[in-house]
Amino acid sequence: MVIAFVEHAGGEPDRLSLEALALARGIAGELGVPLDAIVLGSDAESVARLGRYGVGLAHVATDARLDDYAPAAWAAAIRGVISVRAPAAVVAAGSERGNEVLAHVAARLGLPMSANTIEVTPGESWQLVRQRWAGSLLEDATLDASVRLLTVAPHAVEADPAVQAGPAPTVTRFAPELEPADLVARVVSREAKTSAGVSLSDAKIVVGGGRGVGSAEGFARLEELAGLLGGAVGGSRVVTSLGWRPHSDQIGQTGLRIAPDLYIACGISGAIQHIVGCKAAKRILAINTDPESPIMAVADYAVIGDLSTIVPAISAEIELRRA
Amino acid sequence: MRVGAAMNILVCVKRVPQTGGRIVLTADGQAIDTKFLGHTISPHEECGVEEAVRIVEKEGGSSAVLTLGPAEAEEQLRDAMAIGIDRAILLETGGTEWDPVSTAGVIAETIEAQEAANGEFDLILFGNEAADTGDYQVGVRVATALGRPIINGIKEIWFSDSRREVLARREAPGGGWETYDLPLPAILGVKEGLNLPRYPSVPGRLRAKKKDVERVALGTSPSGALGLGAGEDAAGVDSAIPGPTKRRLRLPAEERTAAEVIGHGPEAAPAVVDLLQRIGVLAK
Repeated sequence: MVIAFVEHAGGEPDRLSLEALALARGIAGELGVPLDAIVLGSDAESVARLGRYGVGLAHVATDARLDDYAPAAWAAAIRGVISVRAPAAVVAAGSERGNEVLAHVAARLGLPMSANTIEVTPGESWQLVRQRWAGSLLEDATLDASVRLLTVAPHAVEADPAVQAGPAPTVTRFAPELEPADLVARVVSREAKTSAGVSLSDAKIVVGGGRGVGSAEGFARLEELAGLLGGAVGGSRVVTSLGWRPHSDQIGQTGLRIAPDLYIACGISGAIQHIVGCKAAKRILAINTDPESPIMAVADYAVIGDLSTIVPAISAEIELRRA
Repeated sequence: MRVGAAMNILVCVKRVPQTGGRIVLTADGQAIDTKFLGHTISPHEECGVEEAVRIVEKEGGSSAVLTLGPAEAEEQLRDAMAIGIDRAILLETGGTEWDPVSTAGVIAETIEAQEAANGEFDLILFGNEAADTGDYQVGVRVATALGRPIINGIKEIWFSDSRREVLARREAPGGGWETYDLPLPAILGVKEGLNLPRYPSVPGRLRAKKKDVERVALGTSPSGALGLGAGEDAAGVDSAIPGPTKRRLRLPAEERTAAEVIGHGPEAAPAVVDLLQRIGVLAK
């Protein structure tokens, strides 16, 4: 069978896990084998819902030591199920935790792992497609091992819609075998998010600035426009590396991936690692002096010219129409 | 057991190309065409290098940088030494790309050999993932082979008063922070945002130029290259199955058409605001 490791939050399988589950279900279907799930430290409700996504058997570990994140311990629980079920594949979300936990599984079992997979063709030799450069490049690869371990790239596979009357899966509870070493790396304390204003990851409108903004002070114009639009301000890696904006404002492969309704990219040339961060925006408006800059290939709309005059002009026009 | 506060730190880095605005592949589709590209230390571990320098500046001790890569990766090792890393080790491949399992195997064996000769590393830093291959697993495999705790995603590092533990925090899913507390020797996978790396100074570059880089020549391919030293590891890494095996690289399909130019200069402002109203983002 194929096993999906499902992360959950508040009684629901989380979105990336549902996407991973869809890929796992596809593989199970091609192989003509059942689909299992592993759920750690959960309530019965979220497990029962898994039946709507094709899960026939759910392995649930309710050991309190697994309630909070401890990657080696979570991996030990997964390894326990693997040793009992001998699956053809184990599939997890390509979330921070999914990649880390499955890497621990792979390391302990001496098996290869494909991170951020988007397509799998099982067969005598399994062919897969995975992301490099966070999706800016694709790799065709083979993955051959007694158990294929793979994580699924976020937002690359569509989650299956829930079948309304899907039967609840059979639930088997298990006690994971944990060694003290498995619990050394675990959360010892938490701090809640302190948000002031609109958060960059949630904002519906984002105004981003690149080298063209010219200085930290130059961002004042972007702040003004974002304020009028009820949005947030972000920056490219160039401006965070220069110290003009804090790293937490970075939109890009090594920063945030955002998906606003509108992204206004000001003075941003469009390096591929920045595009990775903003391509999920519904619409992109680029403001740039260079009509040939790479950002133009991904932007929907463009204004050609200097942002230092264009951005204030847009702000002024908005205020004018509101007056 | 360490004496005093001095920290012995190793940073493992990867050389990656600076891709710019578009990726161009070689004719055989096996690699990015880097003919016109510069290279750099991959972003996450660039911060690891800076952090190691800062820790040694504050606590005393020594630092080393290691990479598995082509001969040209010496450039990245010298960049690290130029900002203050004390010594460098190049595990030199023939230029072929190594899969993450084989990479981790050789790095673990190298660390064991280094520690047998020079003493234990209190802290080893990896990047959370390499910008190019994005495998998310080399650090975890090395930590497993060495039997040391590891946590990834780290954006802040500090030490307990006794200096026997390292504390580290990472962003929690959905926001906020999670703190971890690992007894030394420990391993951390770090992310950009950990610090703001300094630029090397000219004197720094000159000092780095004079230093030796310790070189280990690996075979032309991963198989047969293992076996630097005996090293018993807990997890049978030497017998780990390598993979995934790359067949070829290709560019994803273009998803968007070129931008519609709606105006030039500040005179375009009315057209922009018309657009904002049309797409419904402007609450009037």
